[in-house]
Amino acid sequence: MAELKKTEIGTFLAKQGILIAFAAFMIGFALANQRFIELDNVFGVIRSSAILGVMALGVTFVVIGGNLDLSVGSMMSFSTIVVLDLHDKLGPGLAILAMFGLTLALGAFIGFLVGYLKLNSLIVTLGMLSAIHGLTLTWSGGKNMDIANKSGTWFAVFGQERIMGIPVPILIFALLAVVLSLLLSKTPFGRKVYAVGGNGQAATFSGIPRARVVFMTYLVSAFCVATAGLLQASRSMGSQNTVGQGMELEVLAAVILGGASLMGGAGTVFKTVIGVLILGFIQNGLLLVGLDFYVQYIVTWIIIILAVWLDVAAKRGRLWSPIA
Amino acid sequence: MSDQTPVLRLEGIVKTFPGVRALDGVSFSVLPGEVHALMGENGAGKSTLMKVLGGIHAPNEGQIFIAEEPTVMTSPMQAKAKGVVFIHQELSLADELSVAENIFLGELPLKGLGRVDWAKLYADTDAILQTLNVGFDARTRVGDLSIANQQMVEIGRALTVDPRAVIFDEPTASLTDAEKVVLFEVIADLQSRGVGIVYISHRMEEIFKITDRISVLRDGQYRGTLNTAETDEDEVTQLMIGRSLDLSRNESHHQMGDIALEVRGLGCGSLFQDVSFAVRKGEVLGFYGLVGAGRTEIAETIFGLRTPSAGQILLDGQEVHISSPIDALRLGISLVPEDRKSQGLVLSMNCRDNMTLPQVDDLTAGPFVSDGAEVAIFDQYRDKLDIRTPGWRQIVGNLSGGNQQKIVIGKWLSMRPEVLIVDEPTRGIDVGSKSEIHNLIRDLAAQGFAVIVISSEMPEVLHVSDRIVAMHSGRVMREFTSDEVTEDNLIQAISGITEKIA
Ligand SMILES: Nc1ncnc2c1ncn2[C@@H]1O[C@H](COP(=O)(O)OP(=O)(O)OP(=O)(O)O)[C@@H](O)[C@H]1O
Ligand SMILES: [Mg+2]
Repeated sequence: MAELKKTEIGTFLAKQGILIAFAAFMIGFALANQRFIELDNVFGVIRSSAILGVMALGVTFVVIGGNLDLSVGSMMSFSTIVVLDLHDKLGPGLAILAMFGLTLALGAFIGFLVGYLKLNSLIVTLGMLSAIHGLTLTWSGGKNMDIANKSGTWFAVFGQERIMGIPVPILIFALLAVVLSLLLSKTPFGRKVYAVGGNGQAATFSGIPRARVVFMTYLVSAFCVATAGLLQASRSMGSQNTVGQGMELEVLAAVILGGASLMGGAGTVFKTVIGVLILGFIQNGLLLVGLDFYVQYIVTWIIIILAVWLDVAAKRGRLWSPIA
Repeated sequence: MSDQTPVLRLEGIVKTFPGVRALDGVSFSVLPGEVHALMGENGAGKSTLMKVLGGIHAPNEGQIFIAEEPTVMTSPMQAKAKGVVFIHQELSLADELSVAENIFLGELPLKGLGRVDWAKLYADTDAILQTLNVGFDARTRVGDLSIANQQMVEIGRALTVDPRAVIFDEPTASLTDAEKVVLFEVIADLQSRGVGIVYISHRMEEIFKITDRISVLRDGQYRGTLNTAETDEDEVTQLMIGRSLDLSRNESHHQMGDIALEVRGLGCGSLFQDVSFAVRKGEVLGFYGLVGAGRTEIAETIFGLRTPSAGQILLDGQEVHISSPIDALRLGISLVPEDRKSQGLVLSMNCRDNMTLPQVDDLTAGPFVSDGAEVAIFDQYRDKLDIRTPGWRQIVGNLSGGNQQKIVIGKWLSMRPEVLIVDEPTRGIDVGSKSEIHNLIRDLAAQGFAVIVISSEMPEVLHVSDRIVAMHSGRVMREFTSDEVTEDNLIQAISGITEKIA
């Protein structure tokens, strides 16, 4: 009996490997610098992670469906520039609608190529990364985009206000996380995403329209990118063309850190949120500990590898194994 | 024989998985030149015991002795180095590599500068394929082979080294009679060289044909060892499942209704031509033939996975055009596919979600999948099919092979389709559950559903079918009613000896 208990605790630990790693980092940093766990700082970190987080939520769907999305960073720049530009031309409401429409159209295009034409998602989205960047530059003429009358619009509400003391970006991130978590874990669509990513052929035999499911995952991803673009634009009220550059890799890191499998079929929205927070808190912690900004890049990478390794080790019950 | 040193001996092996005590102090030994059967129900622990021996699982307790030397197995490579070769239940081949590369994986012959000696590799492989008497060569890509042929490649791996012991975990599950004969020759040859052999199978006739002793596991516990020559099927079954089997056919004399599905002159390229048959509501139609006879391809065409090049499909007298499984399912046609791992299951998903996957759209309460409805379906079929799992949350990949197959069966039975096609439904299923599944198939027919059973096991086809279609290389050779069919005329028909009689 005692033995069974031990294995049960073992499985529990194995399943929560990433949470434990997270807790360990938090305690470590908190011991090093009190300020780390002050509410103010915690809010600050989550708030600055929100944009990355919102994008990671969407990419979680794509990855579980068995594909990649490397275009999200460049697509987020596009959304930001478009909404800022249209703001002064159409007013905030229409600008937001138009921006969502255009971003979703980009997502639909990628979804069509990967889902229906069955092209390799790595190649398609890598190509789209530069193509969309080109689109953004064409739109803006290469210039930075700014809202002319910054105080005369309600547009700032998404990025800068607080509701009941909580910053709006955090609320939007949380709301989207809850809605998408339900979508993924509780609806038939979510189930199909896991099936298509886990074993596409078996999904076909079960009468699941693979192409449509993949297509939909890219729409979800594009919707999240558009939301991230809105948060970004509203926060800064002005932007460069390259605001999202490089974020696709950070997003992917957060998703994988959360335990989604690059092979598809595994992962959850909740775990992605944890992955995002780990990434955010690590960077903040290193800053508070007083590490040089450039060294941070290297240390962040080391910590990510460490967390993933702990996760894998917990799953197989030993630190090292010659067998896969 | 008893004074010989065992080639391998397992002593008090305990292995637990979360929520499962898969092995509970099992001891087992194999003598040189002996074929030792390991039997037990689905989930009894046979594969797990062999995985402990093969260095895949570390036991929680117990000792392994190779030639009476205490050994700790840490990896399959090490097991192979100690002379223990393992032919797995689930195929473990690399689809993208050639047959030769698969057979010699990890030990490719080299020449200067670490380059692969391809000439030698292909020559050695072709020599092995020669003994196996197969119709493909060393350069064939494994992914292009049928499952039966892939199984033969897997068996070929045992012939590359000079083994001390070879473990066959359900090697015949996807082989037909011709290939079985070859396998048994291979085993006899190994035996004559003093190799100890562990043979896992649910097929009694094989067990009694080729084994010397039979050890039985039940719920992870060792139940005893019998000398094959001194026992019979009933005694083994008793030991395995704790009761005797009632193998009589469920002769519910039910009314047959109208024709549910009719196929006229159906053809698909070179796979099969001019196939015509009909199945009535309330009827079980058997399809018998050798691998490659085109039975699976016909099923896949009806299910919308292949486009027919000729002919018609009629459902309830109306011609239908089925261009995808989605169409087929909407029309009430289901297919239990032959390959559970690649076509039947999402291994990373849990038991319940796998079972309800095709009907998940219909199991909703509001926008969400209804937990209750899903669990109800799962519970119902877990009980009907006696699926051994600690709960519906268990990942299907962690189930024993036979229990995985039961999930696939449950998945399609629970759809209650108008026309159910089952392709090799009892592959890897233990004797008790097998008759249970046969009964379920007959029950389904009794309730007015039309069922098509494709099987390479003659007893199975004879047992469940009301009528049997015999096929040979893509053509229907003959149709038998259950009164006129005998083993002999069935064998004749599928070997292509009789002329086609329409
Ligand atoms: N990796 C695993 N994780 C969890 N449980 C496992 C794992 N492997 C096996 N089991 C469980 O251990 C038990 C024994 O499984 P095993 O595969 O040894 O059965 P078996 O006798 O080979 O059955 P079959 O005839 O169906 O192949 C089963 O209950 C199975 O669910
Ligand atoms: Mg097994």
